[in-house]
Amino acid sequence: MDHSVNPQNSLVSVRNLSFSRGNKKIFDNISLDFERSKITAIMGPSGTGKTTLLKLIGGQLIPGQGSITVDGRNVHALRRAELYNLRKRMGMLFQSGALLTDMSVFDNVAFPLREHTSLTESMIRTLVLMKLQAVGLRGARNLMPNELSGGMARRVALARAIALDPMMIMYDEPFTGQDPISLGALVHLIKSLNNTLGLTSIIVSHDVHETSAIADYIYLISEGQCICHGTPGQIQHSSSEWVQQFMTGAADGPVHFHYPAKDYVDDLLSFGKRY
Amino acid sequence: MIEFLQYLGKSTRISFTKLGRGTYFLLQAISGISGVLPRPRLLINQMYSVGVLSFLIIVISGLFVGMVLGLQGYYILSDFGAEETLGVMVAASLVRELGPVVSALLFAGRAGSALTAEIGLMKATEQLAGMEMMAVDPIRRVISPRFLAGLLSMPLLAALFSAVGILGGQLVGTGLLGVDEGAYWSQMQAKLDFQDDIVNGIIKSIVFGFVTSWIALFEGYDAMPTSEGVSRATTRTVVNSAFSILGLDFILTALMFGDN
Amino acid sequence: MQHTSTQDTLVGLFVAFGIVGLFFLALQVSNLSSFVEQDSYTITANFENSGGLKVKSPVSAAGVKIGQVSAIKFDPETYQSVVQMSIDSRYNTLPDDTTASIFTAGLLGEQYVNLEPGGSDEYLKNNGKIEITQSAIILEKALGQFLFKSAEEKAEGKSE
Repeated sequence: MDHSVNPQNSLVSVRNLSFSRGNKKIFDNISLDFERSKITAIMGPSGTGKTTLLKLIGGQLIPGQGSITVDGRNVHALRRAELYNLRKRMGMLFQSGALLTDMSVFDNVAFPLREHTSLTESMIRTLVLMKLQAVGLRGARNLMPNELSGGMARRVALARAIALDPMMIMYDEPFTGQDPISLGALVHLIKSLNNTLGLTSIIVSHDVHETSAIADYIYLISEGQCICHGTPGQIQHSSSEWVQQFMTGAADGPVHFHYPAKDYVDDLLSFGKRY
Repeated sequence: MIEFLQYLGKSTRISFTKLGRGTYFLLQAISGISGVLPRPRLLINQMYSVGVLSFLIIVISGLFVGMVLGLQGYYILSDFGAEETLGVMVAASLVRELGPVVSALLFAGRAGSALTAEIGLMKATEQLAGMEMMAVDPIRRVISPRFLAGLLSMPLLAALFSAVGILGGQLVGTGLLGVDEGAYWSQMQAKLDFQDDIVNGIIKSIVFGFVTSWIALFEGYDAMPTSEGVSRATTRTVVNSAFSILGLDFILTALMFGDN
Repeated sequence: MQHTSTQDTLVGLFVAFGIVGLFFLALQVSNLSSFVEQDSYTITANFENSGGLKVKSPVSAAGVKIGQVSAIKFDPETYQSVVQMSIDSRYNTLPDDTTASIFTAGLLGEQYVNLEPGGSDEYLKNNGKIEITQSAIILEKALGQFLFKSAEEKAEGKSE
C-alpha cells in the first residue's frame, strides 16, 4: 500500500483491523489513517460496515484483530474511565441525530456540558448559544426535537457534538435523506467547522458528489477490503472499473445489476417444475 | 424428535443467556443508583412519570376493588351473622394480597410498559448510543433513576391502593349496607397486626416494584432497535411482569403467612 | 429536562399522599396504635385446657380489651396449659384473686381471655399468677355431653 498519508501526522490510525459479525467478515485486515485537521471520507456501498468502523473507533465495538489508536492511545486497551475521557474529546454525529427527545434543543446542546463540567448556568447558556449560532439555529433553541426537520436535527446534533470542543468529529451518513438546501447547508457547515475549529473530521458516506466536494482524502471500502484510496482527484481518475462504477453511479459494471440467477429464458420456461 | 430437542436446547440456552444479561444489567443499574442521589432532579422527573402518572388509575381501581369487596363480603358474612367482621375481611384481603398484587399489575401495565417503550425507542433512535459517545453512561444516567423511582413509587402506590380500598369498603359497608362503623374499624384494628399484615404487605410491594422495574427497563434496553422489536418488548414486559408478580406472591405468601 | 414547578408539586403531593396512606394503614387499620409505646406487665394463668386460644388473642375485662396473650406453653409436670398475658400497665389495679376464663366471641368467633376482678386489696404484680381459672369450653365436648344427656333422658322416658 502506498500511503500518501503521512502516518506520523495521523490522529486516528487503524492497523490490520479484522472484525466479523457472526460468520460474516465485515473487515478483513484493513489499515487506514486519518490525518489531523483534515476531512477524511470512508466511502463504499451500503452494508460494507462503514458505521461499524465508526463504532470501532469510538470503542463501542471490540475488534477481532488489529488495533485502533486515537491520539496515540490504543482505544481497546483503555480502561473504562480512560475510554470515557477519550470520548469526551471525540464528537459523533449519528445518522438520525440521536437527539434526546424529552429535552429542548437548548437542553440537548447543554447536555454534555451539564454532564461533564461544573460550569454555571450563565456560562452554559453563553456556550450553548455560541454553538447554536455556529450551526445557524440560535433562534430554534426552545423547540423540541420532534418539531425539527431532519436537516435541522442534524445541525443541532452537530452543535451538541462540538459542545465540548472535541479534537475530532465522526459523521455517520450526514447527507442521507436531505433536501438540496439542507444538504448544501450541511456540506458548508462541515467544511467550515473543520477549518475554523481545526477539527479532524471523519465522514462515512455513500454520497459521492457531496463527499468528494469537501473531503481531503478518500478511502473506498468494499467487502471488507480497502479497494482504493487517494485524494478526490486521484480517485476520479482511477483506472479501476469498480471505482469508476461507484463514482459515476452506473447501473451495471463490475457490480452487476442482477442478483446472481440462472439463465433468464430457462427460468421463464420452467413453469410448473420444482426448483 | 431430534429437532425438537435441538429447539428445546437452543431456546433454553437463549433464555439463560438473557437471564445472565439481565442480571448484569441489574447490577449495573443498582450500582448506578449512587450517581442518582447527588442529583435529585433526575429522580424527581422519573417519580413524576412513574409514580404521579400511575396515581389516578391506582386510586380509582383501589376504590372500586374495596367497594366490591365490601359488597361481596357483606353478602357472605351476613349469612353467618358476622357482618361486623366486614372491616377485617376487606382490610386483610387488601393489605395482604390485593393491594400489593393488583397495584403491581396495574403498575406493570401503566408505568412498566411506558418505561419499556421509552427505553426501547431511545435505543432505536440511537439516543443511548449517542450518550455513550458523549461519554455519558446511559445506565447510570437513564436506567438507574427510573429504577430507583419504580422502587420508591411501588410501595407508596400499593399503600394508597389499600387505604383507598379500605375506605371504599367502609363506604359500601357502613354507608349502604348498614354495618356499624365502630365495629368496622375496631374489629379491623383488633385483627390486623402491624408486623404480620402491614409490614409484610409493604415488603411484598417493594419486591414487586423491584422486579417490575427491572423487567420493564431490561426489556426496553434489550429490545431489538426497531419498531417491531419495541412493541414486542412492551408486550413481554406486561406478560413477564404479571407472571413474576403472581409467582413471587405465592412464594412470599407461603414464607410470610405460612406459620400461622 | 422540562423541569416545571408544577411537576415538582405533583411529585411532592404524590409522595405525601403515599406516606399518608402508609400511616393510615399503620395506625388506623392495624393494631399498631394499641401496643406501641405502651408499657405492659406480664401475668400468667394455668388452664386445664386453653382450647383454641392463640398468641395475640385479646385479654379483656368487662368487655374492654386490656392486653393480649403473649405466649402459650404446656407444663409437662402439671399437664396444664400456661398462658402468659401482657396487660397494659394503665390497668395495674387487678386484684390478685382475679378469675381468668376462656370465652368465645359469638358462637363461632375467636377465643379470648376474660378477667373477672375479685375483691382482694392486693394487686397483681409483674410476673404475677392468677390462681382461679376456668378452661375453655370445648364445643365438641359440650355437644357430646348434651347429646348423651338427651339420649339418656329419652331412654328414661321410654322405659317409664
